[in-house]
This record gives sequence, C-alpha cells and structure tokens, in this order.
Amino acid sequence: MALRTGDHSQAATNGLKEKVLTLDTMNPCVRKVEYAVRGPIVLRALELEQELRQGVKKPFTEVIRANIGDAQAMGQTPITFLRQVLALCVHPDLLNSPDFPDDAKRRAERILQACGGHSLGAYSISSGTQLIREDVARYIERRDGGIPADPNNIFLSTGASDAIVTLLKLLVAGEGGTRTGVLIPIPQYPLYSAALAELNAVQVDYYLDEERAWALDVAELRRALLQARDHCRPRALCIINPGNPTGQVQTRECIEAVIRFAFEEGLFLLADEVYQDNVYAEGSQFHSFKKVLTEMGPPYATRQELASFHSVSKGYMGECGFRGGYVEVVNMDAAVQQQMQKLRSVRLCPPTPGQVLLDVAVSPPAPSDPSFAQFQAERRAVLAELAAKAKLTEQVFNEAPGIRCNPVQGAMYSFPRVQLPPRAVQRAQELGLAPDMFFCLRLLEETGICVVPGSGFGQREGTYHFRMTILPPMEKLRPLLETLSQFHAKFTREYS
Amino acid sequence: MQRAAALVRRGCYPRTLGPWGRGQSSAAAEASAVLKVRPERSRRDRILTLESMNPQVKAVEYAVRGPIVLKAGEIELELQRGIKKPFTEVIRANIGDAQAMGQQPITFLRQVMALCTYPNLLDSPSFPEDAKKRARRILQACGGNSLGSYSASQGVNCIREDVAAYVTRRDGGVPADPDNIYLTTGASDGISTILKILVSGGGKSRTGVMIPIPQYPLYSAVISELDAIQVNYYLDEDNCWALNVNELRRAVREAKEHCDPKVLCIINPGNPTGQVQSRKCIEDVIHFAWEEKLFLLADEVYQDNVYSPDCRFHSFKKVLYEMGPEYSSNVELASFHSTSKGYMGECGYRGGYMEVINLHPEIKGQLVKLLSVRLCPPVSGQAAMDIVVNPPVPGEESFEQFSREKESVLGNLARKAKLTEDLFNQVPGIHCNPLQGAMYAFPRIFIPAKAMEAAQAHKMAPDMFYCMKLLEETGICVVPGSGFGQREGTYHFRMTILPPVEKLKTVLQKVKDFHIKFLEKYA
Repeated sequence: MALRTGDHSQAATNGLKEKVLTLDTMNPCVRKVEYAVRGPIVLRALELEQELRQGVKKPFTEVIRANIGDAQAMGQTPITFLRQVLALCVHPDLLNSPDFPDDAKRRAERILQACGGHSLGAYSISSGTQLIREDVARYIERRDGGIPADPNNIFLSTGASDAIVTLLKLLVAGEGGTRTGVLIPIPQYPLYSAALAELNAVQVDYYLDEERAWALDVAELRRALLQARDHCRPRALCIINPGNPTGQVQTRECIEAVIRFAFEEGLFLLADEVYQDNVYAEGSQFHSFKKVLTEMGPPYATRQELASFHSVSKGYMGECGFRGGYVEVVNMDAAVQQQMQKLRSVRLCPPTPGQVLLDVAVSPPAPSDPSFAQFQAERRAVLAELAAKAKLTEQVFNEAPGIRCNPVQGAMYSFPRVQLPPRAVQRAQELGLAPDMFFCLRLLEETGICVVPGSGFGQREGTYHFRMTILPPMEKLRPLLETLSQFHAKFTREYS
Repeated sequence: MQRAAALVRRGCYPRTLGPWGRGQSSAAAEASAVLKVRPERSRRDRILTLESMNPQVKAVEYAVRGPIVLKAGEIELELQRGIKKPFTEVIRANIGDAQAMGQQPITFLRQVMALCTYPNLLDSPSFPEDAKKRARRILQACGGNSLGSYSASQGVNCIREDVAAYVTRRDGGVPADPDNIYLTTGASDGISTILKILVSGGGKSRTGVMIPIPQYPLYSAVISELDAIQVNYYLDEDNCWALNVNELRRAVREAKEHCDPKVLCIINPGNPTGQVQSRKCIEDVIHFAWEEKLFLLADEVYQDNVYSPDCRFHSFKKVLYEMGPEYSSNVELASFHSTSKGYMGECGYRGGYMEVINLHPEIKGQLVKLLSVRLCPPVSGQAAMDIVVNPPVPGEESFEQFSREKESVLGNLARKAKLTEDLFNQVPGIHCNPLQGAMYAFPRIFIPAKAMEAAQAHKMAPDMFYCMKLLEETGICVVPGSGFGQREGTYHFRMTILPPVEKLKTVLQKVKDFHIKFLEKYA
C-alpha cells in the first residue's frame, strides 16, 4: 500500500529521516551503562575472529577469549550427573532408557512431580519450584553447619545477576541528596556499576587493599561512607566473596567486621558468593555471610538485613548458559519481601532447566548412590584443575618483571598489576584510550589474547591492571601466560 | 489520569550532588561528616521498608499472579490439609500456561533439547536422525559445543539466522536480517528491554507509552517500574475489541498535554481480548504511528493461535514492508515472539525473540550493550526457539508425528475457544466476544447493584469481589478485568481456555451455575 494521497504534506512536516529513538532521545541512564567484560575489547576480538575465518593473516592462529568466566566455553566438561537428570526431565521418555542410572531417574521423577503438568514446560511459581527451594534451603543448612534456612526466604533467579538487580531495584529511592548510595568494592565485577547506572543510583566506591592481597579494610569502608553521606543516602553495601576480579577469599574476622560495620551504619548487605565453591589457596576458607551473621548472635543475627547470592555458572558446574541461581534473604521486612515476590512475578519465573541444574548442584549424589563415584571424581578433577591453573597463573605472572599478581586464592581470575611506561600512558591518552585498554588492545592485536583492562573493573588512580581468566585448557595456559609476559616486556621496551 | 498527573509532578530530576558539594577543606569535611546523621540506633528500624523502598516498584501491579492467585494458593494448601470445601481442587484458569493444564509438549522439540542437553544421546538409536542433525548444528554453534556456555548477548548466531529465515518464510519472502534479531528470555524480557531504552525526559516531556485497554499487565507493570507515563487507548468491545484509529488519535491528543507520547504498543492476537486484527487495521495503525512519530511495539506471541476461520494473522513487519518504502524505511518497529504460546506451550524454558526494524545503528549498539550486562538469554530457551522456527519439513522422518501433534494441539485449542465462547453466551448476564485467537476468554459480566455495594464494603473492585466469590465457592481461579483495564463501569474476568476439554466443560458449567446464583443472591 503506497503512501496515501494528501499525505505528502505530512511527509514534509514529519522530518521523516529523524528517528524516534536516537542517542539523544533514549534513556540517559541506559546510555551511561558500561560493561567491560563484553565491552569494546571483546567487540574487537570478534572482528579479529571474523578476519581469521576469512583467511586474513595474523601473528596468531586463534583468539583466546580469556575475558569471561565461562568455563565450558574453554573446554571444561559438564558434570555428567547434572546433565543426565536434566535430560530425563526434558524428555521423560528417557526414564525407560537403560542408558541412565537409577538415581538420576529418581531425581528427575521427583522434580517433574513438583512441576506444573509434570513438565519443565510449565511456568513455576515466581520464586521458583517449591521443592527446589526446599532443597536449596537444606543445602544452605548443611553448608552452614546446621543453621536453619527457610525456603520462603529463597528466590530462584535467572543467574545470580538477575537477583542482584532485583535487590538493587528494591533499594533505590530518594532524590538528589537522599538518592540511594550503594557501596561497591573497587575493583568490582561491573554488573554492579552497570546496574547502579541503569537505576540512577549513586555508586560509592570503597578500595580493596592491593598491598595486602586485596584485603577489605573497615577504615576504608568508613572513609567511603562518610564521604558519600555528603551527596547521597548510602543504604547498601556490596561485597563479592570470593572476589571478582581480585580472587581474594576474605577471612572470617573481616566478614565479622563488615557485618558489624553494616549494622552500625544501617546498611543492607549484599553478599555475592557465586564463587563459594572456588577456593584454592591453602589456608583460605569460604565463610558464608549468613553463617557468620547468625553466629554473631543478636542483634546482628536477628536484625542485620542480608541477601546472599549463588549461581550454577561457576563452582565446579560451569553451567553459565542455563542461567540458574538463587538469593537467600535474611531479616528482610515481611512487607518488602511481599513486594519482592510481586516484582518477580511480572517476569513469571526463572528458566526451569536452570532451576533443575541448581537442584542437582545443591543436592548432589550421596556416597550410597550409584552415581556418586563418577560425580565425585568429575567434581574433584574440575576443582583440582582450577586450583592448579590458579597457582600456575600467579607463578608465571610473578616471574615477569613489571607484572605483579596477587595470590589467586579463589574465583576464576587473575588481576595482575602491570607497569606501563610513561610514554605508553601518553600514547594512550593521545588515542583517547585508558592506558590499560591501550595495552590490552595491543596485546589482542599481536597475540590474539583477549583480556579485560583493569579500568573496566576500577582500580586506584595511576595503577593499571587486566583481568584474565584462569580457564584456558591446561596445556595452553602456560604458553599463553608466557606469551603475555613476553608481550609486556616487548611493550615496555617499545615505549621506554 | 490522576496517576499520570502525579507522575508528571514527580518528573525525573538529574541526580546531582547535594548542597554541600565538595568545596570544603578535608578537615572541615571530616568534621561535618562526623556530624552527619546516622540512622537511628535506639529504635532500630529495618533499612529496607515499604517507606524506604523504591516507590516505582511499589506502584507495580501484575494481576495475573496477583492477589486472587495468592488466595488460590492459600485455598490449595487448605485442601491439602484436609479442610472441607465445596470443591476438591483449585482450577488455575488464571495464567496462559498450557502444559500446566495438561497439554503435551511437542515430541520433536523435547528430543532435540534432550540431545543438546546430554550429547551422549547422539549415539542412541532411540532418536531420529533429523533431531540429531538439528542438535549437532546448535551445539556446534555454542561455545565449547555446550549449552552450558554463555552465548553472545544477542543470542547464538545460527539460531538468529534460523529465526530470520522463519520470519522471511512467514512473511512470504519479505527479507529479515539476522542482525535485527535478538533472542530473549521469553518475550517479556525483550518488551521490557525496549521500553527501558525508550523511556526518557522529565515532567511534560516524560515518555508516554500507549497501550491497549484491556491489556496484558506486563505493560502497565513495566511502565510503572520505569516511571513512564501510561497512555490508555480503548479497544471497542461492541465491535469485537476492534482497534479504532480515532480512539488512538483521541488518546495521543490528550496525552500530549502532559507527556511526550513516543511508543505505541499493540498485542495481536490480543491478550486478554482474543481478537485478531484485520489487515486494514494494522495498516491504519502503521500509518498512525508514522504520522505521529511513534515507535511501534507489536506483541505477536499468539501468532500461531488463530482459530476463527474468518481471521488471519498479519505480521506487522510484513504489512509495514508491503506499504512501501515511505513506511518500511522509516517506521521503527519491534516485533515479539515466544516459545510459551502457540502450539509449543514451552513457558518454563523462557524462550523468545524480538525483531527490530529501522532502529538507528547507534541504538542497536546500545541495545547489545544493555543486554550484555545480563550476559545472555538461557541457551536452552534459545535452542527451543530454534526448533520452533526450524521444525521438521515434509520428507523428514519426524515430520508426520510433528504435524499430527501440532494440529492436535491447535485443533483442540480452537474447539475449546468455540466451546467457551458459546457456553458463556448462553448465560444471562454474561457476554463473551468471539475468541478469534490467543488463549483466553474475557467475558463481560453484569454485576447487580447490591453486589457492587458488597464489593465496596469489602474494599474490592466489583469484579475482584465476583472472582473471589467464584474462587471460594467453586475453586475456579480467574483474573478480574480490573487487572487488565476496562471501560469505567464495565466488569470482566479473564479465563484461560486451557483445561482439558472435559474439564473445561465442567468449569464452564460451574461458572454458569455460580453466575446465576450470584445474580439471584444480589438481585
């Protein structure tokens, strides 16, 4: 149907080439959002991969995506039992197949019974299938030495990111000087800064101490908080433990101090604990905020508001693509909890396959189960390999002059500090790039190794870092680390 | 209107530093910092309360899983505990969840999903070759050949290509570019994301979003959350819920007084209303959007659910294209689809996509950036979407069974649609428009004056009162029309057509009996 007659004048006045949705008319908060983990450097990496596929000659034969905490993308195999149970749930005909162990079948049947229409295809209730939340509660109780967990305080989510955003959304209020401020660690996982930008909340940075293996200092929390009160109303404190990108595992004393601080200062605690299964260093131990909080007794145990997050994306599972996770809320106001339930209901429910994987991850085979041996072996192998890679990474980087890598106590990343010569810093500035972005872009162009510049996570002024995952296959890791170190040396010489 | 005004008054202020700024010396700053108000220690309130929480979130409502559904849940628990009721089960006719009500998943889809989930099965003789082929193709496109890797934030490449091919076929050859396809966590995710990007401005220039009344309350919920301005346009109940451009014009004219209308949402086939818009209507809407410079959101998740032989689904994309370059090069459009409806009913997988047309390239960049923060939609849902758009074709091993299952589901739904419409229209005091498509009946109910008084005494909307009574006396859970919006002084409820045929007949009979009793009681 052509333009109707008589409409040509409309056409003239319409300014037809001008779009409704442009950079100028879009949501300004969304415009401010940045997410370095999949940011400009990764876009460049994609282009390079495209060029390689087209046969363009490069100094390397493949791009190494060491930018993102995606274990299976780098060759880690999924845990057999998890996938068996899920396959049985997806296609229950397989319950008659001799190719699946009995314990997997029992699990699948149990889960399906709890689903609408006994199918993964039904929506679950918005907080997640009741049975699975009960299993998560039991997991938390076991993990925390018997401290009770209530399934009603557990909300399953589409990855941990989903739940973190929900909590932040609930917390953000006020205007101008009373706008909600949220304390986040620097360096941080940039979901936090992105969510705060999107919600137009105030980001309040507290610096982790690089000289002391990224320790968290309450004095620094206090400094940040007092300064923040000048221009916003700080209401929440986020902590990532084990840390991302920094990899430190906080001590129990530190966690107690944080809890005390949060209570004194009236801060809602958000504890991102997605790496709770990724602890490698001797002498490091994961202490859940929930457990420490409870053991501190009243008033903390009964009144300190806390949300703890977990995910199936990390740990030994590495099931990033399934988007499974949960949040446990502690001491949340009952009316607010209802509001949270209401907010979650608008998006109906988290993906049911992710819920299933979470269920199996929190209630793995028991020693008496047929699948136990294989499960244990696979789990141990994954975690042992990660521990070895963590150690190797730290070691190789610390052999390089001008690169200094704090111990990778946990999580999946190294976040080494790199010395960059002043002329390189200058060159970067000329190009309008952060110096570590300049370094990382050159690294990518010359070696194919894609890592994320420290400026994407935040760092002390005048320091430069990059975050590299420890996930590349073991046999590739040492050569990669050495290539990177050599590149740094070359780069340093070039700009000296 | 009042709400709109209230929202206008609040506006959207830039978040700046407070009055103290940063002009003080550090010592003075320290001193004044120490004097800063700390939260009350003596009477330790929670930090996060109804008063202190995000007011926009507080304003959100979502009736489909709202108060009546919570009540239904309570009643179910009571039944479980053995408490005696006039019924033995609660019938959840509130939500468009086909498989929860017994609809079977499509075998082929689950076979491919199982193969992708547990690739060992690729060696199993129990799976057809065509399913294996698709599974291999999907897995090869995934990082580490596994559903467990994050995909690109826009979705797995080959799946986007498959979606583009589907759209092209559906639209009789009108080309679709995979680069304009974004896979999403159900359609709701895509709708929410696009609205988010669109909302800007403050006071009178705050973005206005036009939505149909009655609407699917995701729209009002997202608008509340984003603090945008909801601009209602009424569908015409007397004309089978037709969309009248004059009504659009009325709505936009009035809206311009207090906001900046930028977006026009249309749900076709309609939810809750079930109408399938004519092609002419769609052309009129497109022309209107072009004239008024509105971004079009076309929610087409029920595109496979068209029952009336007189109706056909016309995709906005196709019509736009066929209207010629003046429209097809200029009107900004986002169309949405999902794995949750149609003949698939795969709600739990959270699969969906959106196709964006004529978006500014910089906006597409912003869109990918925004999506990247959440990494990617669930890859299993993406795989489900792939099978929906790339089903077995004639000649393939699985084609016959697939076709049979699909026809059976759709035939069943069509029968139930007609059954529901006919039965409701036999009840005095209930009038049900034709169920041309989607999955719901949205009958209008007559509520006598005495019942209105009773509702008021209970501080409930009259149709909420009606639905609560219905639930308490029959166990049937439907959603009051007030949850979707309706013309002042009219009352409705939304009921799904999803229970199995025999059960549906029983349910309809019970509603009929209840309604007659209700009329008598409050005569």
